[in-house]
Amino acid sequence: MSDTFDRDMPARLGDFVRAALANRSFVVGLAITLAIALMALVSFAWTPYDVADLVVSDRMKPPSGAHWFGTDHFGRDILSMIMVGSRNSIAVALVAVGIGMGIGVPLGCWAAARGGWLDEAIMRLNDIVFAFPALLSAIMITAIFGPGAVNAIIAIGIFNIPVFARVSRAGALALWPREFILAARASGKGATLITVEHIFPNIANLLLVQGTIQFALGVLAEAGLSYLGLGAQPPMPSWGRMLFDAQTRMVVAPYMAIFPGLAIVVTVLGLNLLGDGLSDVLDPKLRRRR
Amino acid sequence: MRGSTEVAGNSHECVAPRLPAGIFSPQAGRRIAFMTAYILKRLAIGAVTLVVASIVIFAVLEILPGDPARLMLGMNTTPEAVEALRHQMGLDQPLMLRYLHWASGMLTGDFGKSFTYSSPVRDLIVERGVVSLPLALIALALSASIGIPIGVFSASRRGKASDAAVMGVAQLGVAIPNFWFALLLIYVFAVWLRLVPAGGFPGWNAGIWAGLKGLILPAIALALPQAAILARVTRSALLEVLGEDYIRTARAKGLPRRRVLLRHALRNGMIPVMTIVGLQFAYLLAGTIIIENVFYLPGLGRLVYQAITQRDLIVVESIVMVLVASVVIINLLVDLSYPLVDPRLRHAR
Repeated sequence: MSDTFDRDMPARLGDFVRAALANRSFVVGLAITLAIALMALVSFAWTPYDVADLVVSDRMKPPSGAHWFGTDHFGRDILSMIMVGSRNSIAVALVAVGIGMGIGVPLGCWAAARGGWLDEAIMRLNDIVFAFPALLSAIMITAIFGPGAVNAIIAIGIFNIPVFARVSRAGALALWPREFILAARASGKGATLITVEHIFPNIANLLLVQGTIQFALGVLAEAGLSYLGLGAQPPMPSWGRMLFDAQTRMVVAPYMAIFPGLAIVVTVLGLNLLGDGLSDVLDPKLRRRR
Repeated sequence: MRGSTEVAGNSHECVAPRLPAGIFSPQAGRRIAFMTAYILKRLAIGAVTLVVASIVIFAVLEILPGDPARLMLGMNTTPEAVEALRHQMGLDQPLMLRYLHWASGMLTGDFGKSFTYSSPVRDLIVERGVVSLPLALIALALSASIGIPIGVFSASRRGKASDAAVMGVAQLGVAIPNFWFALLLIYVFAVWLRLVPAGGFPGWNAGIWAGLKGLILPAIALALPQAAILARVTRSALLEVLGEDYIRTARAKGLPRRRVLLRHALRNGMIPVMTIVGLQFAYLLAGTIIIENVFYLPGLGRLVYQAITQRDLIVVESIVMVLVASVVIINLLVDLSYPLVDPRLRHAR
């Protein structure tokens, strides 16, 4: 991690881009992730069909030139629904990562900076949250506060907090004994300033990688919740809900289940590849080993 | 901790054997003291976790909107009837008292009575547990017996085409939502090939084979994404160990690759793998919620899901508590077994 400390930004950026472009996981993952993001953006301006259009005469039509992915039981175009549904998946997962980082990182850094009983207390609290099977608790939360995208975000976000707390604490603990932190302390900087100025920039790598992984997990969790009817509510399209609708119609219209599922798989795969690639590129120790 | 040459003491062939530490040596005394402290600390942490978790569960469910008594009686009822039922259910007692009653009841195996099923929660948990627990165990066995060998295989061929291919498949497996995979399995094996039922569970009374047949697709659906995760963890844990000096030493003195891999590397790389297996069991238990809904299995997951929608608080509380307790106990067992697997941990750190 020593080369993350020098401040020679242009050279670092150049190194990073070169290493990144040579990493196949990173390139493929970034391409997929950008494509999904683009799809979500395009859906705001244009979709092949309006997802609010219920064309009963076109119910459950198999894939064709007019409807590439077929139509669902209300005659809605599945491709259009997948495009609009991507917004929901991305928004839920992204905000949930934001919640996890926004609360978890300060907690983790605080625990590492203060040490002692505070550290112990924060980490034990973490363990307790970890003891709750995340999915079960997410179901409980959405069931208590009512189903919907916002509550799904909160439910998934809460379980991101200990993950980020743990990662940032581990990262910060490794940095505190280092000379440059000692130098900063000797120059009279307080723990908060050191954390903001020196610790945080140096654990940003770790957080970026973990954020990508949690993003992917968030997409999966959102799909699970909306499959159970606890995520985004109809008529707002969501990938999980589409799979639920498809289940009872599998025998007649298997494509209804195939395409939304593939959308989830491709998105999660892209994010995971991006995360793998990033961690290879950003961690020089691993880079050397390859 | 890792990478010290002392590790070689693990396998007696590696370096000149050290003096065996006899049971009565002072060294052994220190070791026993250390182990006792280690076990006690883990036990204490587990107990505190359970107490705090039970308070959290109770508090969260108490703020649930909707009075269960009113819900049970429906729309056409009098306030007096609701009040009477609240009294009968003990809902009019102070919060603290109800918590203590609930918590102490659980310790003696009395989980209270379900409002909707009007039967003891313990019976419900046992009745549904005999579906969920075997399901999670079969899934765990599948996940471990597929994931670990694949990870070992992949690590042993690092950089080769077969490694890349296997890890590519694993990468894909991690990305597949288990309930979607379940739908595909239903389509192929139940709708298309008609080998197994598409859902439902005949009960163990119908015979072990019929029961297993009902659980096999759900178990596969639960296990495969987990096996993919396990394969990746096993591979990277092994690769980390394979870079150590004692592995080079073992190879240099002419031990066959296979032996080095299985005896030296795998044993030392087992800790992260075991941690993940422990976590996976918790995940699989909770994961049964979605999967049981996909397959219409009468298990704990489906019970808790229905209980939440019916505001059957006591059932939800108890099942969540049982699941949290099993997570804590399993993690405890995993923690306690580390020193068995890794002798380095038997000595004071």
